[in-house]
Amino acid sequence: MSERSIAVAFEKARAEERALLVGCMPAGFPTVERSIAAMTAMVESGVDVIELEIPYSDPVMDGPVIQRASDIALAGGVRVADALRVVEAVTATGAPVVIMTYWNPIEQYGVDAFARDLAAAGGTGLITPDLIPEEAAEWLAASDAYGLDRTFLVAPSSTDERLAMTVAHCRGFVYATALMGVTGARERTSEAAPILVGRVREVTDLPVGVGLGVSTGAQAAEVGRYADGVIVGSALVRTVLDAPDEASGLAALRALSTELAEGVRAVRS
Amino acid sequence: MTAPPLTSGTAAVPDAAGHFGRYGGRFVPEALVAALDELDREYRAALADPTFQAEFDRMLREYAGTPSLLYRAERLSAEAGARILLKREDLNHTGAHKVRNVLGQALLTKRMGKPRVIAETGAGQHGVASATAAAYLDLECVVYMGELDTQRQALNVARMRMLGATVIPVTSGSRTLKDAMNEAMRDWVTNVDRTHYLIGTVAGPHPFPAMVREFVRGIGVEARQQCLELTGALPDAVAACVGGGSNALGIFHAFIDDADVRLYGFEAGGEGIETGRHASSITGGSAGVLHGTRTYVLQDADGQTQESHSISAGLDYPGVGPEHAWLNDIGRARYEPVTDAEAMSAFQLLCRTEGIIPAIESAHALAGALRIIPALTAELGREPTIVVNLSGRGDKDMHTAGRYFGLLDERQG
Repeated sequence: MSERSIAVAFEKARAEERALLVGCMPAGFPTVERSIAAMTAMVESGVDVIELEIPYSDPVMDGPVIQRASDIALAGGVRVADALRVVEAVTATGAPVVIMTYWNPIEQYGVDAFARDLAAAGGTGLITPDLIPEEAAEWLAASDAYGLDRTFLVAPSSTDERLAMTVAHCRGFVYATALMGVTGARERTSEAAPILVGRVREVTDLPVGVGLGVSTGAQAAEVGRYADGVIVGSALVRTVLDAPDEASGLAALRALSTELAEGVRAVRS
Repeated sequence: MTAPPLTSGTAAVPDAAGHFGRYGGRFVPEALVAALDELDREYRAALADPTFQAEFDRMLREYAGTPSLLYRAERLSAEAGARILLKREDLNHTGAHKVRNVLGQALLTKRMGKPRVIAETGAGQHGVASATAAAYLDLECVVYMGELDTQRQALNVARMRMLGATVIPVTSGSRTLKDAMNEAMRDWVTNVDRTHYLIGTVAGPHPFPAMVREFVRGIGVEARQQCLELTGALPDAVAACVGGGSNALGIFHAFIDDADVRLYGFEAGGEGIETGRHASSITGGSAGVLHGTRTYVLQDADGQTQESHSISAGLDYPGVGPEHAWLNDIGRARYEPVTDAEAMSAFQLLCRTEGIIPAIESAHALAGALRIIPALTAELGREPTIVVNLSGRGDKDMHTAGRYFGLLDERQG
């Protein structure tokens, strides 16, 4: 394991007998500087790891909240190179930053070049929602070359064979999509998620993060009982999206981050 | 003539994972992989099942009205200086080649035991075709359509609703076809257990490009045999318009192994490639990933999809089927842009010489065919024979054409 690996943060949380909190935010939403301020506020309020999403024009795995935030970021002119600048700035706060990105922006940047620049910026690796291991030869090579983590997704519909194959290609942690669907807050967390996490644990010792649908401290606590990491996206993004101004948006973001951080700490007490 | 068998003798591509050379494949959320694997198994099993073939064949003959005519366009030929044969897909039920694909996929949906289909649509043609097949085979049908398109094509929205489909306006992104496709994909991820995603063209993740090709390749099988019967020889060239590319692949595929038959795909050149306002993914785009497949894409340097532009809504898409990307790269087919103005000129010519109003999409194919005649004549030393896929009829385009040619009264325009 490289010292940059996100697994270091998972180990720390495990030592504290709690789940890790991963908070997602699109780079450049609503501007590059304000997205850095938002992620810094999240870290200061107890978010352990920042999942930085590179805005993409056609985000098929994302629900309406992250779509709108991505559209706003793109309309503001954010570039892939800006996302790397955000990685550097947020990494400086001490929190690990993992990038979540659809594949085409990376392919156009150049897979090897992106891996090189992400490593130089201090990022831990990539979560790739529309890249499956069968299509990932170039990324497997580049992530090996630069010591980056790679997180592929597993889903409730994954067969045992595919799940084992996918997990075998992961490094850092495994992303379990809690339900069949897209990102976005749900009133109830998924019943399929603990089963899926159990299936992953049968084939790996890697930490398992659960995403899709978590929006409250209580839900974070519930998911944290069986998962190593709780991944929250849309609910956090919505605080900024719905706020009338930057200050109130940041205040709401801090409040929710604090609630979620307490949630993952309430887990095993 | 009986309909051609579904299984293709020339399907060396794609490979088992859906790759056409470096193109194709699957770039999708893991949650969809199981459904794509199931679909791959089921459609292959269906192709090998004589009962399925017989039923598909019967539906095409009795309901869709195929085989469509191969029509010798005498007056147009005299005007153009070439023997032009029109593959009259415009005469099919619903007025386009698309009925072949939707009947095939809807029948497959029944076979898989799923009660619901979803579809994306731009101008509404694929949506109407899907709603038609759903009504015919008693399936629930939901059509995603960009909000902008629902306003521009209100009549097609009414047609779909008349046929019993639910039309959902998509308000995200650019509110056009590509966003409708994103939304359909999201629906599919969520409801995959009971839903088939009826993709309208030879694009999307494996097995869609190969499967849709199988359902539309009868166009070329028919045309090839009809041309032999009519002229005693194969054509010198086959021309088709290319948006996603299903009508083009449908007519090309039976001719792939006929080395002397030139294959031409005509993309929508919009206002001209140099203006940046076009929908020519192969001519004016670059290799990338869009909607689950690697292919030519209109995109910026960061890989963000760019908006396409064409007077023809059916060609207005910023990607193209991966097999076309491959056929282009290996040189088996040639792809050239045809501008809005060239297409509308051919549209008018066909109306006036043959009494046939083509879809503006198909007018791109005709315009391209007219363009290649001088060079082809010089190369062959004789008048060439060209089969043009008249993929659809132009009733749906009369508002556009009426405005373009100034044929409408003020208050109608």
